[in-house]
Amino acid sequence: MLKLDGVSKNFGGLPALSEVSFTVPQGQLTALIGPNGAGKSTLINCITGVLQPTRGAIRFRDEEIAGLPPHTISRRGVARTFQNLKIFPRLTVLDNVLTGLTNEGGSSMLMAMLRLPYLRHRERRLKLRALEALDRFQLADKANWPAGVLAYGDKKRVELARATVGNPQLLLLDEPVAGLNAEESFAVGEQLKLLRSSGHTMLLVEHDMDLVMQLADRVVVLDSGKCIAVGTPDEVRRNPLVLEAYLGRMDATA
Amino acid sequence: MTGRQKILYFIYLHRTGLTVIGLSLALLLFPLFEDNPYTLGLTNQIAINAIIVLGLNLFVGYAGQISLGHAAFFGLGAYGSAIATVDFGLPAWPAMALVAALVGLIALGIGIPILRLTGHYLAMATLGLNFVFYTILLQWDEVTGGPSGYYGVPFLSIGSFEFNDEVRLHYLIWGVALLALLLCLNLVRSGVGRGLAALAGDETAAAALGVNTRSTKVKVFVLSAMLASIAGSLFAHTYSFISPGSFDIFVATDFVIMVVVGGMGSIWGSLLGAGLITMLPEWMDIFETYKDFIHGGILVLVLMFLPQGLVTGLIEMGKTRLALRKARQGRQEGSGC
Ligand SMILES: Nc1ncnc2c1ncn2[C@@H]1O[C@H](COP(=O)(O)OP(=O)(O)OP(=O)(O)O)[C@@H](O)[C@H]1O
Ligand SMILES: [Mg+2]
Repeated sequence: MLKLDGVSKNFGGLPALSEVSFTVPQGQLTALIGPNGAGKSTLINCITGVLQPTRGAIRFRDEEIAGLPPHTISRRGVARTFQNLKIFPRLTVLDNVLTGLTNEGGSSMLMAMLRLPYLRHRERRLKLRALEALDRFQLADKANWPAGVLAYGDKKRVELARATVGNPQLLLLDEPVAGLNAEESFAVGEQLKLLRSSGHTMLLVEHDMDLVMQLADRVVVLDSGKCIAVGTPDEVRRNPLVLEAYLGRMDATA
Repeated sequence: MTGRQKILYFIYLHRTGLTVIGLSLALLLFPLFEDNPYTLGLTNQIAINAIIVLGLNLFVGYAGQISLGHAAFFGLGAYGSAIATVDFGLPAWPAMALVAALVGLIALGIGIPILRLTGHYLAMATLGLNFVFYTILLQWDEVTGGPSGYYGVPFLSIGSFEFNDEVRLHYLIWGVALLALLLCLNLVRSGVGRGLAALAGDETAAAALGVNTRSTKVKVFVLSAMLASIAGSLFAHTYSFISPGSFDIFVATDFVIMVVVGGMGSIWGSLLGAGLITMLPEWMDIFETYKDFIHGGILVLVLMFLPQGLVTGLIEMGKTRLALRKARQGRQEGSGC
């Protein structure tokens, strides 16, 4: 589904990613872990076109996408969430989720201004789908609230609903449960399980190891911009390199 | 549902359409109650400004960009129609459409490079363009008439029916303004409109959701320029005399002030902003004398205390209060167990 080959990214000469290569197989949940500053978010930004990789190839469904603008990549079926929450506070919760269906809403300004009947029907259908997505994330009763007034956990779920409402081919989640309480994390975890069992392909960045071990088919470990291990959760857990890079450092700071 | 609830629900569901119908009716009847040509002249001026502000609000309030140069597009429409009808003898209606199309092309040519800029840089660049345009109007006097202006623009007409008095002009100009209002309302209630709102909210997020941010900005810029051009054509055919002072940078900033006062990202607010700022000098003499001071002051105050603009800001405050109150009630009921 997604194949990274020697992806590197420098920020003004400083390497944030160097020669990262791995694949995200179709229908699986691949977890991307690594200590703070390892380059996980940078990698997601490179895949989604928010950043341009300095070198390397990114192939999505056998087509090169490295260097394409973000909206083109989105139109090919890649959706994402952001680590630092990017919802639209002034829009209602429902409208926020509807922006997740931008690629199906039609982009002709002229047609939109004439509000032809076919567009009205389409709007109605999209609205129903958005409401279903809100229902899945227990947000239906807040559909008409401005998203800005929601509690953090709710905002996080609005972003998830927005990313999943369009049934993307590939879903990139940057720390979806960070900052949530145990109960909320559990609910999101259940949602991710549902998404996985319905055949979604996902790349999940997460620090919550319990969640990763529970959900992931495969785990990719990044450290200082390098890919140091790939394997099943059990393999990775036993990998001495990973223990050193990840847990060793945690011991040192603890 | 009881009958009463059904009616209320129907009203709620079709509130936008009903408001448009109500406004149309009010405007239809207005000249029956108010036949003072001075007053009608003023409300016609409001309508002309409203057409510009509607487009500008899409660009500023929805797409989150800034233009301090829309008086130039307004002026291009006015001088374009004047020159096309008087110097080239073109019929007025096709000339208006032709000029709007040309202004659209010009806006496209300007927009593609200039909309790479954001924030203050974009403000400065558009302001600069307006200034260049104003200077051309003054200097190129064999074409524009220079500082003394351009005389003798004919009235618009349909067959032998001439739009030559305030009442007739009222129906013409407000008709166009309502049409523009309708098109803009449709646009913002569509997927494209949500894309615009997303763009204003967070460009990175909008792009990741599939909004082509560059082309969307350019398209809205072109649309708003064309609306300003049409308003300019109407302006020229209404007053039959135009001069550079109507299209200088102070007028350009006034349009932005109308957007801000009415409310960023509020289509209805555009009407209100155009109305309030056009009427202020009429209500109080002091506004006439110190117009630019007061407009500047209003801008600063609104941006400091209600950065979303007056109408939108107040509505949003209300909505937030309501949502928070609901949340509190929800929690209290929840804790009752
Ligand atoms: N826009 C930027 N400009 C310069 N340096 C950056 C930029 N974005 C990230 N970096 C640097 O790149 C490195 C990787 O950052 P990144 O955000 O990808 O880490 P991460 O693995 O997502 O960390 P975390 O777990 O804290 O989210 C860091 O050293 C960071 O300082
Ligand atoms: Mg990160």
